[in-house]
Amino acid sequence: MLELRREYFADERDDNLKEIGKGTQRQDMLGHVTGASTYFNDHKLQGMLHLKVLRSPHSHARIRRIDLSEAERSPGVRRIIRGQDVPRNLNTLLSLINFGIDDEPTLAVDKVRYKGEPIVAVVADSHREAFEAIAKIRVDYEPLPTVFDVEEALKAGAPVVNETYPKNTFTYHERYDHQRLRFGDVERGFAEAYHVIEHRYQMSPIEHAPTETNGSIAAPDTNGRYVVYTSTQALFFSLDTCAKILDVPSNTLHFIGGTVGGGFGGKVDTLTEPLAILGAMLTGKPVRYVFGREEEMQYGPPRGAERIYLKDGVRRDGRIVARKVRAYFDSGAYTRLSSYAVVKCAAHIPGPYTIPNVYADVYCVFTNRTPATAMRGFGVTAMDFAIECQMDRLAELVGMDPMEFRILNAYRDGDMKAHRREAKNTALVECVQVAAEKAKWPIRDEFRRMSSRQGGASPAPRREAQPPAPRPPVYEAPPPPPPAAPEPAHGAARFSSVFGARRR
Amino acid sequence: MMIPLQFRHNGRDVALFVGGGANLLTVLRDQLSDFTPKFGCGQGGCGACTVLIDGEAHLSCLTLAAGVQGRSVETLDGLKDGPRLHPLQQAFMDHFAAQCGYCTPGMLMAAKALLDRNPTPTRVEVVEAISGNICRCTGYEAIIEAVLDAAQRPRARA
Amino acid sequence: MPLTLKACATVAEAAAAMTGERGARYLGGGTLVMRDVNEGDLSFSTLVRTGDRALTRLETSGQRILIGAGFTYAAILAERELSFLHPVARSIGGPAIRNMGTIGGNLFAPSPFGDFATALLALDATVQVQGGYSPREIAIEEFLASRERNQSALVLAVSLARPASPEAFRYLKAARVKPKGGAVLTIAAHVPLSGGRVSGARIAFGAMGATPLRAKSAERALEGRPIDAPSIAAAAAAALEGLSPVDDALASAWYRREVAGVHLRRLLGGGS
Repeated sequence: MLELRREYFADERDDNLKEIGKGTQRQDMLGHVTGASTYFNDHKLQGMLHLKVLRSPHSHARIRRIDLSEAERSPGVRRIIRGQDVPRNLNTLLSLINFGIDDEPTLAVDKVRYKGEPIVAVVADSHREAFEAIAKIRVDYEPLPTVFDVEEALKAGAPVVNETYPKNTFTYHERYDHQRLRFGDVERGFAEAYHVIEHRYQMSPIEHAPTETNGSIAAPDTNGRYVVYTSTQALFFSLDTCAKILDVPSNTLHFIGGTVGGGFGGKVDTLTEPLAILGAMLTGKPVRYVFGREEEMQYGPPRGAERIYLKDGVRRDGRIVARKVRAYFDSGAYTRLSSYAVVKCAAHIPGPYTIPNVYADVYCVFTNRTPATAMRGFGVTAMDFAIECQMDRLAELVGMDPMEFRILNAYRDGDMKAHRREAKNTALVECVQVAAEKAKWPIRDEFRRMSSRQGGASPAPRREAQPPAPRPPVYEAPPPPPPAAPEPAHGAARFSSVFGARRR
Repeated sequence: MMIPLQFRHNGRDVALFVGGGANLLTVLRDQLSDFTPKFGCGQGGCGACTVLIDGEAHLSCLTLAAGVQGRSVETLDGLKDGPRLHPLQQAFMDHFAAQCGYCTPGMLMAAKALLDRNPTPTRVEVVEAISGNICRCTGYEAIIEAVLDAAQRPRARA
Repeated sequence: MPLTLKACATVAEAAAAMTGERGARYLGGGTLVMRDVNEGDLSFSTLVRTGDRALTRLETSGQRILIGAGFTYAAILAERELSFLHPVARSIGGPAIRNMGTIGGNLFAPSPFGDFATALLALDATVQVQGGYSPREIAIEEFLASRERNQSALVLAVSLARPASPEAFRYLKAARVKPKGGAVLTIAAHVPLSGGRVSGARIAFGAMGATPLRAKSAERALEGRPIDAPSIAAAAAAALEGLSPVDDALASAWYRREVAGVHLRRLLGGGS
């Protein structure tokens, strides 16, 4: 069970823990074991219709023509929905907080950008009738050259995945095609270093594979409203996104979420609600749109793959003196949350270590892959994978124990981080010490005595690297702020935006 | 052409009409409003739809509804004895053997199928019994412990 | 077109329904067909099934064993006489799949499924089919090769010889999730010995091609030799000939080719 090491940082803490350390029963556990917990699909609505979508078989293609004539006559079909039927067909998730340009259609109109992109939605009396109608839809595609590699996508002449971002990168603050971190002088650091190594790390996209697939049921409710049962992890995100896409005031929608059958980040993209609600609007009946398992695995968004180049310079005594990072986040065909992931990534570099010279360029890249989304620490976890692999390699290079190596380089309270903030409440040193103890991994006494506290014992002075020489600013002075955007109807202004307001 | 179907659902006789190709999961949920078995894959890979047919574990999403004519079907909805929890349900609670809860109905039915036949299973037998049920949240240990623990508890009325 | 169900009293009726209707599919245990129904497979609109007990008969008294096509894996596991097939049946699915899936259905299972069919291929089984008016016996190798064209055939039973000895029949399934799911590869081998030398070897691989396939070069490498390090090495080296693995969600063709010989070597007793 849980073991509390109260002695650590005891003086910094008001130690009247009432809940921590005790097993507390989940409020929904009784519902789970009796089957009373209600998931979005656990509703029986009279006359419910079934929505399924036609998905692109191509990773990149122009849509020349869509012929629905046979499909419209297919038995059991109540309504077929095309891109033109969607009130505001172009959206990006974070437009809710004024971050990003609307780049993704709910239903593709002139172009598809990933295999599986939805083009047409069929609402029918039964699943099978929906599938039958979909089989009768004729689409003329003109396949286009594809790009699946993040670095290829950034080369001149690469196929343009999305005309909204013609260089295949997200644009930050309307100007910058990547996120940057600059601290000190890495080239000088590398020159001082005893060893310099560079490695490339690659992570695949990872599918959340929740046991419950994405889905929602939307139904006309009283007073012109629509009730929506959804698997979403982000109820207000989904509600506001639907209000925008369907161009209705948000109080038209009554979203009921609740128990999610596994999300892990894969149920934040509002994948099914807009079409389910539109289906309900157009047919006047309840409409259910649920991903099948293959849809979930292949077309449900994964954790975005990341490619990371990590170059480190380390001194003979084991101190890392310079870290240079070049990272590419594969956003797939559309932005969704990847723009934010890249900000988090840049904010995380160089990891929980004090390194006097840090240089990072992090890109959000578009490719013809399934659009990526959030998952368990996205933007950070892959970078940590790269960093920690590299830390082991560095330790080996200087002949140091990997645990001691981390303790040596760990940040301490009061250290200046690469983001020009003082480190506070750090505890990596203690974590490594306890981990070593638990693993019966011997570390030397001097490392067992070290501490995260300001002035905590360390074998070498903390900041003996020369302060960075005065140098011209990296950025030119920013242009004047743009005129204030009109107040969005769906309440986005209530977020104090980290992203929307210009920040130095 | 709809097919008449009569079977025993959690001890109650039910009679209804089903489509020729309808699967039992859809019939239980959409026609009988028994939402306890869940849809996870429709392919037989996840076990979220596990029910007992004549006491044996079956995957309701792959079971032709018309095929359960005259048979007994048990789902999680019938596991409680009135308001009293089955030892398996209590053990799952005590061991925190669920997080999102979506695999739980299938896990409980698979575990029930085991304990009804084998009241003193080994750990290997428990693992085997739930080997057709995927859990994406707990890492399985708590579930295995709960089933082993439930086997120790006095049986509820069978 | 909605799905219709044709429940038949006898296999003869069911066979007639299969050949009579163009879009008919036989429903055994349901683990393959209902999956297709759930995924929106529109290639059939009639399900045919029968409860005819002929499909679950078992004859173990003669030279060859006859097992009805409707035998589930759980039923196989309940028969002491079929204990040599227990490792195969145990490796398929979780308990629910074993309660439902039938050995007849497994003959149609697409790669990477088809473990039982792989074992039957190694055991030189014949497949009894009711097509038209009377049953025919087809060697399993021929049956598997032509199964795409024979979707409307109704399989009644399989007949197979008992393995020469318990050690003569070996089986291995390499899977990512044990014990259930599709295989990275499956190997079934019948290597009877006569005077200490292999006589009549049959080695079958599953998930290494569109259907279970025999590794005939590997068989030839063992034939007439004792099962020892040199012959095992020769068999392992020849394992891939005639096999054509593909990439799928479980493993790449490359990986399957890399490990096929290693697994065969282990199966034949050669260690890693």
